Amino acid sequence: MGYVGHGSVPCPVEFVIKLNGGALVELSVMLSILSKGMLLSVEIFVLTLLFSIPLGFVVTFGRMSKNFIIRNLVKIYISIMRGTPLMLQLMVVYFGPNLIFGIKISNEYRFTAVIIGFVINYAAYFAEIYRSGIESIPVGQYEAAKVLGYNKFQTFMKIILPQVIKRILPAVTNEVITLIKDTSLAYVISIPEMFSQAKALASSQNTLVPYAIAGVFYYIFNYIVAYIMEWIENKFSYYKIS
Amino acid sequence: MNILEIKNLKKSFDTEVIKDISLTVEEGKVVGIIGPSGSGKSTLLRCATMLETIDSGEIIYMNEHAVRTNPDGKAVYASPKELRRIQRYFGLVFQNFNLFPHYSVIKNITDPLITVQKKSKNEAMEIGRRLLEKMGLSDKEHAYPCQLSGGQQQRVSIARALALNPKILFFDEPTSALDPELTGEILKVIRDLAQEHMTMVIVTHEMSFARDVADHIIFMDGGVIVEQGNPEDVINNPKNERTKAFLNRFER
Ligand SMILES: Nc1ncnc2c1ncn2[C@@H]1O[C@H](COP(=O)(O)OP(=O)(O)OP(=O)(O)O)[C@@H](O)[C@H]1O
Ligand SMILES: [Mg+2]
Repeated sequence: MGYVGHGSVPCPVEFVIKLNGGALVELSVMLSILSKGMLLSVEIFVLTLLFSIPLGFVVTFGRMSKNFIIRNLVKIYISIMRGTPLMLQLMVVYFGPNLIFGIKISNEYRFTAVIIGFVINYAAYFAEIYRSGIESIPVGQYEAAKVLGYNKFQTFMKIILPQVIKRILPAVTNEVITLIKDTSLAYVISIPEMFSQAKALASSQNTLVPYAIAGVFYYIFNYIVAYIMEWIENKFSYYKIS
Repeated sequence: MNILEIKNLKKSFDTEVIKDISLTVEEGKVVGIIGPSGSGKSTLLRCATMLETIDSGEIIYMNEHAVRTNPDGKAVYASPKELRRIQRYFGLVFQNFNLFPHYSVIKNITDPLITVQKKSKNEAMEIGRRLLEKMGLSDKEHAYPCQLSGGQQQRVSIARALALNPKILFFDEPTSALDPELTGEILKVIRDLAQEHMTMVIVTHEMSFARDVADHIIFMDGGVIVEQGNPEDVINNPKNERTKAFLNRFER
């Protein structure tokens, strides 16, 4: 697993060509190359969720802030994140520092850029889901908590948040599933994740087998994630929200 | 001893909804508030329970000012610390219960005790079980609100309010969200509380209930108290034309 910890990340096409020098490789070699891509895809997926799920809350609070400036800045940020292609955003994050500020970008930055790009994009989407969830909680819940003497923090953490989580889980599941497929967009800045590896192999080997393997991989990945999300949703099914 | 005093309360939204209302509630007394829709009954309770901020006037619980009014006519609330203490004097039962759906029946009652009043879990459970028994809901301890009838939910919400041991309990149309056959069980619970001399302010459309349970009836219309007095007088022999017109719409 050469790419863990933001190590040097070679360009996938070079990588494959160097490896086989134009000759055909066996299926086992193909699988080993693809599995490295898989790991990278999973890594992008996990790191993106790890950072964007909490960051989404920060963005939501900004979006719902009473402060006019904060609220509107966050609104603009969200609308850009949702209104432009993720692929373009990844390119801006990767090439931007060089093009705009003339900073020399190192090869290590490639992976960091992918994670930053995915995190700020997904945080914006999660934020809007969280906001719709928070706004759907009846005002009576806040009022009951207030009259009972809960302070604002206790009200949010104990009364509101658990209900918000239940309400937003289906929408979050959708985003998470979309993210699996979106990880393949990392290829635009030459991250050798699953799909770019498959593409490189397919062209150098003149076969569609890598694509088939990639398809199976994405399907299984989705299946596992959907299973986990369903399990979490079931954990919240012990009560109904009126 | 006056548990609650309200003096010259005024509250506007777009228009003035409460126009100079004063009332006092003595310890152990039950005050019934009646009046047509939109007359400001809920707003009055919401101001008294600090869910709305008032424009001017005074609200005093147990001789402690929650709000007073400056000479220039602006309402000034007590400090957050004082308000937290004053908050403990009252409880509110909502028309639509507002139970916490993700908490079991017992947790709805015990969680405020533990979180807000910092009671031990054992002590809270003891209080919770005693109140559930009183409400005839001992077998529902571990049920969730969605598994209960409206009447049962309302009894849980009354238990939840009582658990915090308030000096005064407000009810805003506690039976209006219930099917007619379920209102009886809630009215009985409130009657029992009145027998135990719980101090209460009850907004209701149940005229015969108000007459039976209240020591004092207030008839509100258009944001003012139009008529008040003992239940027999106000409900059986109203003096004011508006009171008469309002009561005529109810079968007595
Ligand atoms: N948050 C609010 N914003 C604006 N207007 C409000 C608000 N709350 C209440 N009002 C208005 O204040 C007036 C009094 O409303 P309130 O709910 O106190 O009446 P009510 O006597 O409780 O009526 P009902 O018997 O229908 O419950 C109404 O005209 C209502 O439209
Ligand atoms: Mg009302």
